[in-house]
Amino acid sequence: MRDGDIIVTQDVNFYYGSFRALTGVNISFEKNRVTALIGPSGCGKSTLLRLLNRMNDFIEQTRVEGKVLFEGRNIYDPEVDPVEIRRRIGMVFQKPNPFPKSIFNNIVYGPRLAGGMSRTDLESLAERSLKQAVLWDEVKDILGQSAMMLSGGQQQRLCIARALAMKPDVLLMDEPTSALDPISTAKIEELMEGLKKDYTIIIVTHNMQQAARVSDYTGFFYLGRLIEFNRTGKIFTTPDMKQTEDYITGRFG
Amino acid sequence: MTRSFREKLIRKAFFGFAAVSIIFLLLIILFLFREALPTFQFVSIGRFIFGMEWYPTYEPPEFGIWPLIVGSLVVTSFSTLIAVPLGVLSAIYISEIAPPAVKEILKPAIELLAGLPSVVLGFFGMVVLAPWLQDTFDLPTGLNIVNASIMLAVMAIPTISSISEDALYSVPREFKEASYALGATRHETIVKVIVPAALSGISTAVILGMARAIGETMVVLMVAGGAAAVPESIFDSVRPMPASIAAEMGEAPFRSNHYHALFATGVVLLVLTLAFNFIADYVSHKFRETGSATL
Ligand SMILES: Nc1ncnc2c1ncn2[C@@H]1O[C@H](COP(=O)(O)OP(=O)(O)O)[C@@H](O)[C@H]1O
Ligand SMILES: [Mg+2]
Repeated sequence: MRDGDIIVTQDVNFYYGSFRALTGVNISFEKNRVTALIGPSGCGKSTLLRLLNRMNDFIEQTRVEGKVLFEGRNIYDPEVDPVEIRRRIGMVFQKPNPFPKSIFNNIVYGPRLAGGMSRTDLESLAERSLKQAVLWDEVKDILGQSAMMLSGGQQQRLCIARALAMKPDVLLMDEPTSALDPISTAKIEELMEGLKKDYTIIIVTHNMQQAARVSDYTGFFYLGRLIEFNRTGKIFTTPDMKQTEDYITGRFG
Repeated sequence: MTRSFREKLIRKAFFGFAAVSIIFLLLIILFLFREALPTFQFVSIGRFIFGMEWYPTYEPPEFGIWPLIVGSLVVTSFSTLIAVPLGVLSAIYISEIAPPAVKEILKPAIELLAGLPSVVLGFFGMVVLAPWLQDTFDLPTGLNIVNASIMLAVMAIPTISSISEDALYSVPREFKEASYALGATRHETIVKVIVPAALSGISTAVILGMARAIGETMVVLMVAGGAAAVPESIFDSVRPMPASIAAEMGEAPFRSNHYHALFATGVVLLVLTLAFNFIADYVSHKFRETGSATL
């Protein structure tokens, strides 16, 4: 375990019923870095991501073995409150999923529930979060309108702003641009650049160029196992494992 | 027989079946209006609807159905007041909270409630609820608004519950996940996301439940008490429209004034029920278009 690691998994196995989706995963995520998770469909990337903020809790008949340490504490310890974990580890999903509420109410949804903020606090928080997600200029005059009216790309940036409004330490992103056009994708990659210095980002992506562009570290998964974990530059130029090379060069997957 | 001919035939056949129900509906409405219209040769529409006295067999008779309309509206409103919280909350419980084992018992139980013949419910209201009300509140009769409202609520709960449940189930999983990922508890997610997103369906459920209550005949015939007067207390007896029609139709001579007046009462009831259905339709469309955005 490196000093700057914020999340570390130790020998993690994960089961959907009797199906083992992850096998012996040991991976560390360094603070204030972007880590990309790549691999063919069904290799367990989303499963691992959802494991990190206990979103798999909502799927029936699942089981975790091993430890997931967040700042040194196993988040699967019985005394850990998953709600607390999810407030500190935010998530952006593959498909933009704003609530059918106003833009403003989308942003302040989480902070309002957490409580202790006045209306002005919430307003400045909304502005700050929308600026971080590079959406402020586009929506500052229509904060009261439905988030459903925004374009897909705008919706996804709204979802990022919504997650940021919780001031999380870690942001999990599950293929956040796979449903978007190239221009929206570029915008999101750009804003991730700005988020790096304040947040630890873990991003699942199908898009190899995206992983190469945005991440510092990359983990390659295959059939539920972490095959290789390395600096992104190294993985995409001189990977240690043959399987990684095959995948990156498009020979399978 | 060529394939395209067969296709055509099948399509025609289905159209025929679909048309049958529409034709029946139209025939019934036509018949209802034909028998009802002569009413307004001996009483004006205003006096019919707003008239305070319903003495169809007196000499001279009075054909004012206002007390009957009020009776219907009062028992429908009170039963809604009882049935909405119970129906909606049980739908929320079944769809979002109940562990699978409990769900497996609760869901069929509520469906069974819907299958109870209304005469059985009426019987229960008469034999069990009425004496209890009478004793507990020291009333002249236990056949009154409270009794009818409770029994109608029992009838409306399954309708409200099962339609609300469908609405809750159809809330996209993405919304729930978004909420949980923002650190909301299950309870907060239900209140802030799931119910608002299902609100159009729930409103539809409520209105259809009300439509069911206002048209229900047997229960109100048996337990509402039958007094054709505008009530002054919730423990007064009333005579809702369906009860009046069912009770008197047998005695009213064919094509007499009384007979026509009862059909006119039926038209009023039909209009009210249709209004409920239109409102239900409107609400569910209205919310859908805007995505219930401002909630
Ligand atoms: N809810 C679930 N129930 C059962 N199996 C699942 C579920 N979600 C994912 N899986 C299975 O787990 C494996 C990993 O899935 P996932 O983590 O979604 O892969 P990826 O995100 O890498 O495409 C797949 O074989 C998938 O079929
Ligand atoms: Mg996935």
